[in-house]
Amino acid sequence: MSVAYVPSETLANALGANEVAAALAARGHEVVRTGSRGLAWTEPMIEMDDVAYGPVTNVDELEAVRLGPVDALPGLAQQQRLIFDRCGGRDPFRYDASALQEWLERPAADILAEVEASGLRGRGGAGFPAHIKWRTVRDTPADKKYIVVNADEGDSGTFADRLIMEGDPFRLIEGMLIAGRATGADAGVVYLRSEYPLAARTFEKAVAVAERMGLLQDFAIELFIGAGAYICGEETSLLESLEGKRGEVRAKPPVPAVAGLFGRPTLVHNVITLCAVPAILSMGGAAYAALGVGASTGTMTFQLAGNVRRGGLFELPFGLTVRELIDDWGGGTLSGRPIGAAQVGGPLGAYLKGAELDAPLTYEALARLGAGVGHGGVVVFDDQVDFIEQARYAFAFCAHESCGKCTPCRIGAVRGRELVETLRASEQPAAELAIIGDLCDVMEQASLCQMGGMTPIPVRSALSLPHGTQT
Amino acid sequence: MPSDAPQAVRDICERCVGRIGAPISALREVAATLGAIEQAHMETVADVFNLSVAEVRGIVSFYSDLRTEPAGRRHIRLCQAEACQAVGARELTAAAQEKLGIALGETAADGSVSLEAVYCLGLCASGPSAMVDGRPLARATIKALFA
Ligand SMILES: Cc1cc2nc3c(=O)[nH]c(=O)nc-3n(C[C@H](O)[C@H](O)[C@H](O)COP(=O)(O)O)c2cc1C
Ligand code: FES
Repeated sequence: MSVAYVPSETLANALGANEVAAALAARGHEVVRTGSRGLAWTEPMIEMDDVAYGPVTNVDELEAVRLGPVDALPGLAQQQRLIFDRCGGRDPFRYDASALQEWLERPAADILAEVEASGLRGRGGAGFPAHIKWRTVRDTPADKKYIVVNADEGDSGTFADRLIMEGDPFRLIEGMLIAGRATGADAGVVYLRSEYPLAARTFEKAVAVAERMGLLQDFAIELFIGAGAYICGEETSLLESLEGKRGEVRAKPPVPAVAGLFGRPTLVHNVITLCAVPAILSMGGAAYAALGVGASTGTMTFQLAGNVRRGGLFELPFGLTVRELIDDWGGGTLSGRPIGAAQVGGPLGAYLKGAELDAPLTYEALARLGAGVGHGGVVVFDDQVDFIEQARYAFAFCAHESCGKCTPCRIGAVRGRELVETLRASEQPAAELAIIGDLCDVMEQASLCQMGGMTPIPVRSALSLPHGTQT
Repeated sequence: MPSDAPQAVRDICERCVGRIGAPISALREVAATLGAIEQAHMETVADVFNLSVAEVRGIVSFYSDLRTEPAGRRHIRLCQAEACQAVGARELTAAAQEKLGIALGETAADGSVSLEAVYCLGLCASGPSAMVDGRPLARATIKALFA
């Protein structure tokens, strides 16, 4: 009987993948649990003899949900999967280390040159060129250096870190080991949010396999589970948290690459940034840089969510427009109503509307709109969206998550929420909007980190206020 | 050292010693296994990790997982973040509040149930999302929440 490949991934499991796996086993199939292909609307999606079926609710009626050959699946086949190439359809714990071993034999200078040539920029939010941080860590003398992986993934509309850690944890281990080799760090710590228990178990299991394979003799990997704080995704807050303290942000400089974890040079990267490195070494930095547009090189793991028919993860070169992602890949809104807005880049990202939706998803084009790519999340709203409520939420979220260290963020968010709450009934909305604009100026210019500094982005874009000077 | 601090707390702490971010991991585990962190537990954590009790209280008050009040026997967490808002999280939350007669963030007086906000479970392509007694729920409906 055919082998059945069934995802063991949080969303697929929430939609019944465990029950599907049990039912297939009961009918005599050998069941292999896998990562997810990331096509959320097909979950639970199973694969047998290279044919995909989904969403599977009844294993005795698979033909009714036959999707077709896996390598020609609509929504999957045209992707350019460099990071997610091994995710789904295979046992994530069966690992062939030969490519990794070759990469690790390359001189550090070589690896750094490839990363520089690739133009890789941080996928966690700020989009900072990776190679500059790598060189800083490498060139800063110290008795100990760290690779810190930011898997806090707090942005609404994002799940790429989770999908790769649940579906191909070795990809992250590869990225960490290569980064260690290139920077001279011999220890890596993964900061994972507590909302992702399956990712934690999968990653720990992979680390144990890697240890048994002898891959971790010169590099120690430790997993830390967060305790529920959005702000701990901010890199300095994250480092404080790893040191066992309240996650209050640090003033920069010094940047973590010079003085990070326990004061040592620390390379902090998002999961996906590090997971792009194996592809860069295997295809060459220049070939990677040939993908995408301008200084937005390579592929981005776009995550489409919210009010959309076909949400999920789409790994594509930078450059398609927001509307193309929503309409061509996502099939438009779930409600069938016109798009009202798309919030790009998480809770600190802009609400794009109307003609703005025709902007290409690149760092540069979005910056011109006062927006950003962030971690690649695109949240769709239909035309029923209440923009005043979204602006209120942006301030309320900041008030809830602020670490409290700086005044513009701690107090500004509360005052902002109050102002928006009275806006609807206000007799002088123009005057009140002007005050909100002023408050946004102060938060942008005087906050210690981008929690307070970027909360004005969703606020201004939701309320159609002119964007600030800092963005 | 207070004598009423359960040995379990000290055991948890000692297992965490030497690990990165150890006091937080210990406190998270105390909250998860004992249901809530009490004053005596904080004193033990302070003692093992050589911190002041004030420092430990500061940590506890910062992180939402480090709860000082136990959750209800049924623990419902509803995602309040944007992607879920876009597919009816506000309406689902209102319906759940009405059904239970408690507001988000509250526990029923008899301890039977608590309703809590969570900000993204990473199931954003199939919202609204919820977590019921640790089990993730996608495309949640009021019916599924109470199934
Ligand atoms: C409030 C706030 C939350 C953040 N959350 C995350 C997060 O969850 N994951 C992440 O990778 N970066 C997050 N960042 C960005 C990090 O500070 C940092 O720029 C990033 O981890 C660097 O990695 P990269 O170079 O790979 O992007 C956040 C930033 C801010 C201001
Ligand atoms: S926004 Fe609700 S699960 Fe992500």
